[in-house]
Order: sequence, then C-alpha cells, then structure tokens
Amino acid sequence: GPPGSWHHHLVQRSLVLFSVGVVLALVLNLLQVQRNVTLFPEEVIATIFSSAWWVPPCCGTAAAVVGLLYPCIDSRLGEPHKFKREWASVMRCVAVFVGINHASAKLDFANNVQLSLTLAALSLGLWWTFDRSRSGLGLGITIAFLATLITQLLVYNGVYQYTSPDFLYIRSWLPCIFFSGGVTVGNIGRQLAMGVPEKPHSD
Amino acid sequence: MTLTERLREKISQAFYNHGLLCASYPIPIILFTGLCIVACCCPLLKLPLPGTGPVEFTTPVKDYSPPPVALDHKPGEPSERPEWYVGAPVAYIQQIFVKSSVSPWHKNLLAVDVFRSPLSRAFQLVEEIRNHVLRDSSGTRGLEEVCLQVTDLLPGLRKLRNLLPEHGCLLLSPGNFWQNDRERFHADPDIIGTIHQHEPKTLQTSATLKDLLFGVPGKYSGVGLYTRKRMVSYTITLVFRRYHANLRARLMLLHPSPNCSLRAESLVHVHFKEEIGIAELIPLVTTYIILFAYIYFSTRKIDMVKSKWGLALAAVVTVLSSLLMSVGLCTLFGLTPTLNGGEIFPYLVVVIGLENVLVLTKSVVSTPVDLEVKLRIAQGLSSESWSIMKNMATELGIILIGYFTLVPAIQEFCLFAVVGLVSDFFLQMLFFTTVLSIDIRRMELADLNKRLPSEACLPPAKPVGRPARFERQLAVRPSTPHTITLQPSSFRNLRLPKRLRVIYFLARTRLAQRLIMAGTVVWIGILVYTDPAGLRTYLAAQVTEQSPLGDGALTPMPVPSGVLPASHPDPAFSIFPPDAPKLPENQTLPGEPPEPGGPAEGAPDSPVPEVTWGPEDEELWRTLSFRHWPTLFSYYNITLAKSGVGSVFEAQESWERLSDSGKGGLEEPGDSPPLRHRPRGPQPPALFGDQPDLTCLIDTNFSAQPRLSEPTQPEPRHRAGCSRAREGPGYDFSRLVQRVYQEDGLAPSHSPALRPASPGPGSPPTPEDEGGYPEKGSPSLAWAPSADGSIWSLELQGSLIVVGRSSGRLEVWDAIEGTLRCSSEEVSSGITALVFLDKRIVAARLNGSAWRSSSPASPVYSSSDAVACRLTHTVPCAHQKPITALKAAAGRLVTGSQDHTLRVFRLEDSCCLFTLQGHSGAITAVYIDQTMVLASGGQDGAICLWDVLTGSRVSHMFAHRGDVTSLTCTTSCVISSGLDDLISIWDRSTGIKLYSIQQDLGCGASLGVISDNLLVTGGQGCVSFWDLNYGDLLQTVYLGKNSEAQPTRQILVLDNAAIVCNFGSELSLVYVPSVLEKLD
Repeated sequence: GPPGSWHHHLVQRSLVLFSVGVVLALVLNLLQVQRNVTLFPEEVIATIFSSAWWVPPCCGTAAAVVGLLYPCIDSRLGEPHKFKREWASVMRCVAVFVGINHASAKLDFANNVQLSLTLAALSLGLWWTFDRSRSGLGLGITIAFLATLITQLLVYNGVYQYTSPDFLYIRSWLPCIFFSGGVTVGNIGRQLAMGVPEKPHSD
Repeated sequence: MTLTERLREKISQAFYNHGLLCASYPIPIILFTGLCIVACCCPLLKLPLPGTGPVEFTTPVKDYSPPPVALDHKPGEPSERPEWYVGAPVAYIQQIFVKSSVSPWHKNLLAVDVFRSPLSRAFQLVEEIRNHVLRDSSGTRGLEEVCLQVTDLLPGLRKLRNLLPEHGCLLLSPGNFWQNDRERFHADPDIIGTIHQHEPKTLQTSATLKDLLFGVPGKYSGVGLYTRKRMVSYTITLVFRRYHANLRARLMLLHPSPNCSLRAESLVHVHFKEEIGIAELIPLVTTYIILFAYIYFSTRKIDMVKSKWGLALAAVVTVLSSLLMSVGLCTLFGLTPTLNGGEIFPYLVVVIGLENVLVLTKSVVSTPVDLEVKLRIAQGLSSESWSIMKNMATELGIILIGYFTLVPAIQEFCLFAVVGLVSDFFLQMLFFTTVLSIDIRRMELADLNKRLPSEACLPPAKPVGRPARFERQLAVRPSTPHTITLQPSSFRNLRLPKRLRVIYFLARTRLAQRLIMAGTVVWIGILVYTDPAGLRTYLAAQVTEQSPLGDGALTPMPVPSGVLPASHPDPAFSIFPPDAPKLPENQTLPGEPPEPGGPAEGAPDSPVPEVTWGPEDEELWRTLSFRHWPTLFSYYNITLAKSGVGSVFEAQESWERLSDSGKGGLEEPGDSPPLRHRPRGPQPPALFGDQPDLTCLIDTNFSAQPRLSEPTQPEPRHRAGCSRAREGPGYDFSRLVQRVYQEDGLAPSHSPALRPASPGPGSPPTPEDEGGYPEKGSPSLAWAPSADGSIWSLELQGSLIVVGRSSGRLEVWDAIEGTLRCSSEEVSSGITALVFLDKRIVAARLNGSAWRSSSPASPVYSSSDAVACRLTHTVPCAHQKPITALKAAAGRLVTGSQDHTLRVFRLEDSCCLFTLQGHSGAITAVYIDQTMVLASGGQDGAICLWDVLTGSRVSHMFAHRGDVTSLTCTTSCVISSGLDDLISIWDRSTGIKLYSIQQDLGCGASLGVISDNLLVTGGQGCVSFWDLNYGDLLQTVYLGKNSEAQPTRQILVLDNAAIVCNFGSELSLVYVPSVLEKLD
C-alpha cells in the first residue's frame, strides 16, 4: 500500500494496543489490589481505578511497543507467524492471561515457590499453546527480564511497594506475569498486523 | 503400517460409522442427548441458586441457644435447619422500636416540633439500656460485656467518626447524631439539617446514615419537613455478641404498652451471602467480555451452512451444557464445588473451547456437496477424527499436569475441566453432529428447490481451506456463473448511499425499539434485584396509609420537664411515646422500691388510642434494605459473609425484633451494680438503684486458707449449689467453708477466733489473693438483705470478707460465723474496688452524684484490728474518672481508671509515685506482684508492661480485639485474656506473643495459673490443663455429663492445686492429684 496508509495503520494499531494495555492494567491491578498485593498510597485506593495514575499509561505504552515489536521482528527474521492466526485464538490467549493473573492474585498457595513454579508452567503453556515460535519465546523472556528490572528499580526507589516481597524487592511470580503478558500482547499485535498489507521492503 | 497409522485408521472408521448413525437417526439421538444432559444436571438442583439476597431462618425465642459449630446431623437425614445455621452468629441485633407523636397539636407549633420531643426520648432510653444489667444463670453482667464491641471505623469513614460508636458497644439510636448528648440536641437549631447532613444527594440503594441510626426506612421515620402524619418512629439498635432475653423483659416492664398485642416470640436468623463489590465486578465483567469476544470470533467462522446462528447456538449450547454436566457429575460423586462458579466459568469455557465444533463444521461442509447427507457427515467426521482425538489428548494431558500442581483450587479447576472436556466430547459427537446433519440436510433441500428449475447437476464444490466472510458467495459456486440467485444477504452489495444504508439497517432490525425494550427489561431487573425491600417498602407504605393512624384526638399528658426545648415553652402539648408511657411519680421517687406487682400498676390509666401497633409494625425490620446490616458492619470492617465459593457459607446473623408488647414481663427489676468496665452514662436512676439484688454469683474468691490444703479424700469434684433466688436456700458461704474444713479433718475451731485477731506476724495472710474479685456475694441466711445498697465489690482474706456497697458503706464480715464485725460509712459514694492487704483495706470510690464530674477518691482504711476499722488516708482525687482496677503488692498500690491512666501509690502514706500513661482506652486489668512487675490491659486491647521502680513503660503489645479482661504473669510470661475469647501468652522480657489459645464462647476470662508452667483454662463443661512453656494441651477434665455442658466462666486456683470453677449455676471444686504429680 502507499506509505500514508501504512503510517495510518501503524498509528491505528498502536492506539488499539495502547488501549488494550490500559484496560488490562486497570483490571489486573484491581485484582491485585483486592488481595492487597500491591500497596499504593491510601487516597488512591479510594477511587475505583485503584492504581496510581501513571500505571495505566505506562502499561499502555509498553503494550504498544511490544505489540508492534513482535510482527516487526517476525518480518525481520523472515518467518511470519502462521500458527493459529485467528481472532478466536487471540481471545483465548487473552482469557488465559487474565486467568493467570487471577490465579496469582486469588489462589492460596502453600508457599511462594509453588506459586512461582505453577505460574511459570502456566506461562510456558500459554506460549506453547498460542505462539510456539522461537522469536516469541526470546522476546518474551527479554521483556520479562527488562520489566522485572524496571519494577525492581521502581520499588527500590520507593515509588510503590509489594506486600511480602520474596524476590529482592518484588514478588517472584512477577517475571512469569510479564512473560505471559508479553506473549499475549505480541499475539494481539501479530493479529492486528495480519489484517494490514505488509510494508514492502523494497522501497 | 505403524501402530499410529493403525490407530488412526481405527479411529477414522469409528467416526465414520458414528457419523452415519447420527445422520440416520437425528431425532432419537437428540432426544437421548437431551435426556443425558437433564440427568447429569439433576444434582445441580441441590446447589443453592446464585444470588446475594439474605436467607432467613426462624427459631423460637424460648430456650434459644446458638447452634453447635460442628454439623452433627447425618447426611442422609433430612434436617429442618439450613446448612448455614452452624456455629454462633456474628451478632444478635435487637431493635427497640419507638413510635411517638405530639399531642395535642397546636396551630402555632412549627413543623420541627413534630419530632423534637419524640426524638429527645431516645436519649433517655439509651441511658436505660446502657445501665441495664443482664442476668442469666451464670451471673450478672453489664451490657458492655455482652454487646458486640467494635473497634475503629474504617479509615475512609473519618467524617462519621463522631456519629457512629467506636471502641465500645455497637448501640445505635438517633441520639448518635448529637453524640448522645442531650444538651447538644437541645441546642441544635436545625435538627433536620443535622439528620440529613450526611444523606447522599444522588440515588443510593444501600443504607444511608439516617437509615442506620433510625433503624427504620426513611419513609417510616416520619422525620422530614413534609411529613403529614406527625408520627415519629425510630428504633434503638443494639448489637449483642450473645443472646440475652431479659433486656426485653425489663423494657417491657419499664414501658408497658397496654394497647399493643404484638408478640415477638421468634428469633429470625438472617444469613448474608457474600456480596460482589464493584472492584470484584470489573475483572469479572472483563473476563466475560473476553469470553463473549471469543465466542463471537469463533462462531463467526461457521460458514456455508443453512443457519449460521442456529449452529452457533448449538455450539454454545454444547459447551455450556457440557459445563453443567461437569458440575452435575462432580456433585453426584460427592465433590461439592467450592470455587466461585461465576469467576471460573469463563476460564472453563475457554479451556474447553469451541475449537472442535468449528473443526467439525469446517470438515463436514468441505465434503463434496453432491454426496448424500449422511455420507457427508461421516466423511467429514472421519477426516478430522485424528486431529480431534489428538487435541483432546493434548488438552487432557495439560490439565492432568495442572492437577499435579497440588494447589487445591487448581486441582478442583482441573477436575471440572477434565469432566467438562469429556462431556463436551460426548455432546459434540452426539448432539452437535446431529444438529449439523439436520442443518446440512435443510440446506440441501433449499438448494435443491432453488436449483431444480435451472440446473440438474452441479460439479462438486472445491473444499475451501480457510473460508472468510467475503468469499462466501463466490466460494460456494465459483464455477456456476450462469446461476445467479439473489440471496437475501446480497442486500449489502447494492450501492446505496451511506445514510440510506444506515436507515435501512435501523428499519430492518428495529434496532431502536429493541434497544429500548432491552433497556427497560434490564432496568426493571436491576431495580428488582438490588432493592426488593424497596418495593416492599412501597407496598407496605401503601397499606399503612389506609390504616387508621394519625387521626384521632389525643389524650393530653403532662410533660416531663426538660423534655421540651426551651424555645417552646408551650406547656399544652405533650409527647406521647406509647413505648414509654411512664408515670412521672413512679419515676421520680428515689429509694422507693416498686412493689412486686409493679408492672401492672405502671400501666397508664388512660387508653392510648392514637399510636397503635398494628401488624404493619410486626416485622418492621423486613422493610429495611437488605444491605442495611452488611453496610453497618462493613463500617467496622466486619464482613457478614465469609463464603466458600459455591454453597458453603459460614456467616450468619440473627436478630430479634423487639416491639414492646402487651403484658410486661414479671421479672423482678434488676439491680445494677456499676459496670466496672464502663460506667459511661449517668449514674443509674434511683428507680432501680435500691432493689434487693437478685443474688447470683459471678465470681468467688475462696480465700487461700493456709490450712485448706491436702484434702484427705481424693474426691475429684465437689459441688455446692448456688441458687439465684432470694427465697431459695441461698449460697451459704460459711457452710461451704466449714464443710471443707470438716473434710480436711480440721476443726473449725481455730478459724473464727484466731483469724480475725491475728494482726501479728504469726500468720500473715498470704499475698496471693490480692486480686480484687468482683464478687456479688449473695446474702446468706445470716446476712440482712440490706437497704444499704448493692454490693459492688468484695474481697476476702483469711476468714474476713470485706464488702463495698453502692451506698458507700464498707463492711467487714466474718465468713465463718456470718456476723458483721465492723462497718464504716464516712463517705456516701459507692465503692467500686477493694484491696485487702496487710491489715489494710483500700477502697476505690466514685464520688459525687454524676459520673462525669466525679473525682473518685481512694481512701485507705487500716484494719489493724479486725473489729475496728479506721480511716487512715484518703486520696481525694486519685483519678479524673472512676477507678476500674485496683491491685496492691510489694508495698505499692496500683489503680487503673477510665481516664486511660494508671497510678502507682505507696501504700504506707498514700503518696502518688507515678502516673503511667500509654493506653488509649480505659484500663480494665492490672497485675502487680512482689517482684514489682506491673502489667496493665485496657479497652483498647493493648497490654503494657511497666517498670514500677522508674515508672517507665517496658513494652506495649496489641493483644486483643476488644477489652483485655484479665492479666496475670508468671516468671517468664504474661498471660492475658480478652473479650475476643482468646488467651494469649507473651514472653515477658521481649513482649513477643508465644501462642494463643482459642477459648469457647463465654469462657474467655476463665483461666488460672497453677504453677510456673501449668495453666488451666475453662471450656464448655470442662477444664483444660496446658503446659505453659510449650502450649501443649496436657489434659481435659469434664466437669459433668456431656448433656449439661455449661461454660466454665471463672476459674480460681487454690494454692494446693485445687481449682474452683464457676460452672453454670454451680461451683465445682476440682482436685486433680495427677496434676500435682506432674508438678513434682
């Protein structure tokens, strides 16, 4: 297609991804706040969307970046993702991701190791069920590492905190959540990119 | 041919045959499947329906006792009790309903006057209730001890801090708007404004503050500017922790209501289920949105069939009924779901998935269309059989892995998912395939009808790999360009302007009408769902308006002075609360006890035609919003519902409505010794201040007789009956002591003479009984049931009993002979606490007539000779508020007061050494021993340890929810008990909690320390012995038959390891030789 349309689609996709990230951040944070896993200052809790104002935009931006990065890497590597490329599968993936969050927030585990191992197995299962690409795995692990590092820094600088941290300053299941989140958003991003004609490399 | 290939062929063949079968006999198979679904879902009928409305269960008031904690009825046996009726409820709620009106009504009265004086009655009633003393078989207790103690309001409710009670009884009345202060009420120029200041401006479905404090729905209260009926109704809401019936009897006595025929004979237990808050709702809604998106995107792929929607519906039905079957089957095999069904449902659907259904459809429709229908079905099935089986096996494998996470919730989820997958497979094979075959046949017929005129033979359509929506028309008949049939869906292909298309769309679908209809239905649904009580309120209000209320002429009554606000000195109108038609003369005569037949006389002569009690008042609480009580309790962070997901709910709430009705109870008016923990209100009115007490033992101090030890008979228990009625034999203290003496083989000869006259160092009284035991000694035969006031405090040493009376009289009795040795009556202020130590008696008094302005003094008497007591010292103003705890040891005297402080005095010269501050509530328990260790506990639930030598605080522990009721120390630990029925053991040096023991209900304070490592606690009909160092239960001794299990409320340890327990209405003396052996 013409370059204008390509940019138009890019903006559209990033907007969609951004809003998906914002909504997921709000909803999942609500799950965590209910269980008193994260602690934000008191006044904020009183509001319905009980996270600090900067959390949803950050998550949205991250979702947009990741969601654009996945198809981009796919096309760079020259191995377009073909496995279960349909919206139903994407929805299933999102539902499983929400389910993983739900489990991390609401289930009573015997100890943190069990919780983290279970969630790690679930996230790997998520990747295997909906992605099964090497690039997806690598990107997911990278995202999980970076995001964990960032949260460590944030908590270390006292921006917010976790109740009963067991992995330095945060919870040990956080990388699993980031990994599965990365895979999910990447899945959405790939599906969004599917509907658009690929940008020809020649020009 | 490998094994896999053979397996594959077998499966394929089986599916082929199955497809043939399904397509040949569609109707019988669908019927069979339907029957299967119904059969599997049958067990679901036993599960409770989802919903958060409260559930009720009614039991008679008579002989009520809380249900046992454990379910003891057999599973098969049908039980009348609902399943949630287990264990003690969160609270009992008693509402005293007051209806009053102003009569006669003058034209010059303002609208505000309708409720000014009726409301002022609330203050009086609240005081009466606060000063009420509850009696039962085990003793006399103040309201504070039986009501539900609340702690802080939630942090978000700071603006309600002055309006709702904190750190005390949960007692609500309209007076709370003015902090229960009558002056504040009278000074308030804008009563309505005060009442409505916290009303929400917007529509609100839950209970507002006004509803909470008035206890009746807003419409009923009659407080508002535009009320026509001039009738004010409100309730005083009391929340108890345990059930007590006699407050009601007493109120009936005080306020006989002759024209009322209401009966309140049943206790309604209300069970609240967990409510879903908005915070929980949002994730739930999100998961459902994702679920619907998934279903939408999945079913959108169904194509090239006759009825897309029909097949999509069939697919959804397949998944849903497989889930229902899964739950049903699990229930059938005894697995009750504990997970919240609504929460995990979307995940289950997603896990089971619609994939197989879609694959099946795609495979079938891609078979050659010219084949026979059943062959098409069979071919389609068999070609996809392998992948279906492979998928199924994979999913089962994944779920089985999940099963081995050993997390109960995940295991349960996996179990449901496995059963769901299997039943889903079953339904796909039978139900969906059959539906598909029917659909294909219909399509074929339709096609044939269309095709017959033009074309006889069609080339088979190519199987379409991935059908998409826009290919639909082309894909079916790509090679038949000459058969152009105008499909209905080709509407959209017409080139119409956009506006027109929108309008066509709207017209075609009647979208607007449908939206409005759906909106109306949803709105009505929400209305009915959220506030069924609201509708009932409306209906009830309609009925009330027709009932003859508020019209007849009123009989004028004299107005008690002080009720009317000063701004309206119109003497001609009176208030007329039928609940409270007390005779003023009866009320204002102090010191004159009403005759036993008093209640009958107390009824006013004049009939009260105006305020009637009709059936509409019978169950007024039902008209409250069903969120009323959950809202109230949520302010204190008490949840009424603890729900295991699904069906098991634990919380329940019971409450009794009290409307003062007909014949007043004939129970004798009770005396009220000051509540040691909370003399908050004004002093009890003289009306019931001077009654001969209904005698009942609440605690007994068997003095540690030095010679009492070594009973020769190893008899394990010994009981002495204690009757509560005055005319009964009474509790004869001296007789008991004498009997013990005889058992000991000791002549009682040495006691009467020797003990009182033993001032010398010969036999110094042992100091271990320095505890002030709040005893209500019953007047034995020899004791005059004096008119000197009730006994507020009692202390025993040797054979001397020191009695402090409410009249301020201090008496010293000889316990064995039952004679009064001496008495002292210098001050006329009641003695709240006593200490008898080293020939000295210390009495804490409350001076002055009003509690608030009282300056309690603690005079020190010296009874160097038992026959004479003389006043040696008086500390005029020891505390700002009444003294609640008094202990002495090691030459020090410690007083704890309601003013949140402790003071340490030197015993010789009554010099105040320290004032100890650190509690945030009234002091309830103090402990001091020879080693100068001082511990104190307060209403704030905290325990402080102090250094008596320096007056500094050593440690501060938050110990209990509610008051600390008793405190004692050993050399290594501190033992505390609280109103929360917990006994906590703390390390004395570090202040760290070692462990805690959960006591039976009502046995919280029954504990005793036998030695440094042996603790005895009381339970339901038993006493238990614990190893203090490790917290191990050593032994439990049952005190009676199991059938008569009464709580052991008090325990006193004698120094020979015998234990005296207050056990119901009896005393048990337990002597356990084995414990002694363990000690050695």
